[in-house]
Amino acid sequence: MDIFLQQVVSGIATGGIYASLALALVMIYQATDVVNFAQGEMAMFSTYLAWSMLNAGVPYWVTFFATVALAFLLGLVIERLVIRPVESAPILSIVIVTLGLLVIHNSIAGWIWSYIQKPFPSPFPSRPVHMGPIIVGAHDIGEISVTLIVLLLLFAFFRYTPVGLAMRAAAHNPVSSRLSGIRVSRMLMLGWGLAAAFGAVAGMMVAPIVTLEPNMMGGIQIYAFAAATLGGFTSPGGAVLGGIIVGVAENLVGTYVRFIGTELKLTVALAIIIIVLLVRPRGLFGRAVVRRV
Amino acid sequence: MSAILEVENLQAWYGRTQALHGVSFSMEPRGITTILGANGAGKTTTLRAISAMIRTAGTIRFDGARIDRKATEDIVALGVAHVPQGRGTFMELTVEENLRVGAWARRDRSGVAEDFDRVYRLFPVLLQRRRQLAGTLSGGEQQMLAVGRGLMLRPRLLLLDEPSLGLAPLVVQEIFAILRRINQESGVTILLVEQNARLALALADRAFLIETGRVVMSGASAELTSDDAIRRAYLGY
Ligand SMILES: Nc1ncnc2c1ncn2[C@@H]1O[C@H](COP(=O)(O)OP(=O)(O)O)[C@@H](O)[C@H]1O
Ligand SMILES: [Mg+2]
Repeated sequence: MDIFLQQVVSGIATGGIYASLALALVMIYQATDVVNFAQGEMAMFSTYLAWSMLNAGVPYWVTFFATVALAFLLGLVIERLVIRPVESAPILSIVIVTLGLLVIHNSIAGWIWSYIQKPFPSPFPSRPVHMGPIIVGAHDIGEISVTLIVLLLLFAFFRYTPVGLAMRAAAHNPVSSRLSGIRVSRMLMLGWGLAAAFGAVAGMMVAPIVTLEPNMMGGIQIYAFAAATLGGFTSPGGAVLGGIIVGVAENLVGTYVRFIGTELKLTVALAIIIIVLLVRPRGLFGRAVVRRV
Repeated sequence: MSAILEVENLQAWYGRTQALHGVSFSMEPRGITTILGANGAGKTTTLRAISAMIRTAGTIRFDGARIDRKATEDIVALGVAHVPQGRGTFMELTVEENLRVGAWARRDRSGVAEDFDRVYRLFPVLLQRRRQLAGTLSGGEQQMLAVGRGLMLRPRLLLLDEPSLGLAPLVVQEIFAILRRINQESGVTILLVEQNARLALALADRAFLIETGRVVMSGASAELTSDDAIRRAYLGY
């Protein structure tokens, strides 16, 4: 029983990481209808920026917020220079462009910072917290809290601010939005900026666990996809819950199903993606997407 | 009185296909003008051209100033509200959020609050349903919401594209009565595109008829109503 509980709790912790990246995916999808395959690599790249700042002696929280701001700018620039030119192209072209972004981020990071793993600090204490029979790392608790705070901020932004409303309007009905005076392309750009900023948060929370290297987001991105698919690509709350479910499922399957073990754990993510797409394509909490033509 | 909208030799294209071949007309402030014409004549295109949603040539003046080189969003900010054909409802937003989107281009908070009250007074059903998703409204309610969204701009010119489309006759009458009231109470100039020529001519003071992208007839509504050709082709008696 204790092993089970322990696996559930650490599953929730890793799930939090998937959740934060899934949140960024959902964010761009909501704002722009694009699934950004480079989300994880953009997060990794931002985390390297943070690493460089920390290395230069900048205090952690200053680095944290500066990185979020830089990532936001990076997101804006990428949208403006790379995505906007293909904005009205068929969906496949956009997918290919985001795949290209993935590769480019990866190679540039490798070129600047090399492929050697680098330790990345956690802002939370390293001593574990005992909760009855189970042990939880303080970083895990901190990282889950950060994810939840980000989710709340995101929710409040979209729900209660005029710009959040304009972003939703622009995503749902660009023509009507323009006729209401909303600068749709500016909203799309903002969506990329915000998603990149949230991705950076995810990167900085992941790096202390997996250690920093250009491929650190590879597996996580697939779990994040599973999380977003499970929760529904249209539901930020669903993405977070999806992330936690995926994290727990991954841990339990890895522990209890012998032949899967740790090596085949990634297939759990793919299995989840495929099953959800077959059984309930909109995910647990998503809206059915109605395509207008 | 000087014209609030002056359109001269307006041409418009969809890709390489020319849809308007030199449309000219002008509108007096506080007037209601209707554009009549068969399906595919170029009525929607005329409104889209005014809102800069497609490529055009020719001149368009709003309140004396050229707007034909401006971006859609800037034209809206000048006070031109365009309620598109098919209503353009934001289905996934609530009724209240739809109205809020309509007020996006404005910066006067207190005025926006007043206009919420005004729209809810004109369309009490929207007040009842203000927290509902717009996608759950009936067709008639959605059309009311679309007009309400346009009014939230506190527009000086309201472009309406087939507000009667797909609605039951009683609902259409209700909406047209409200359009008249809006025009009389707040002096909004209305440019109305309508398939239902009889209703449109009854509401409008001026009208013109478009055929394949050209104005073929224009004048006071009364004149057009009594014109034999119009009667046969568009009024059906
Ligand atoms: N999006 C479009 N792409 C290409 N041609 C179009 C488009 N919309 C309208 N047209 C063409 O332009 C002409 C005018 O259409 P429109 O203005 O929509 O007519 P209506 O008077 O019925 O509103 C028609 O011949 C129509 O086929
Ligand atoms: Mg039309």
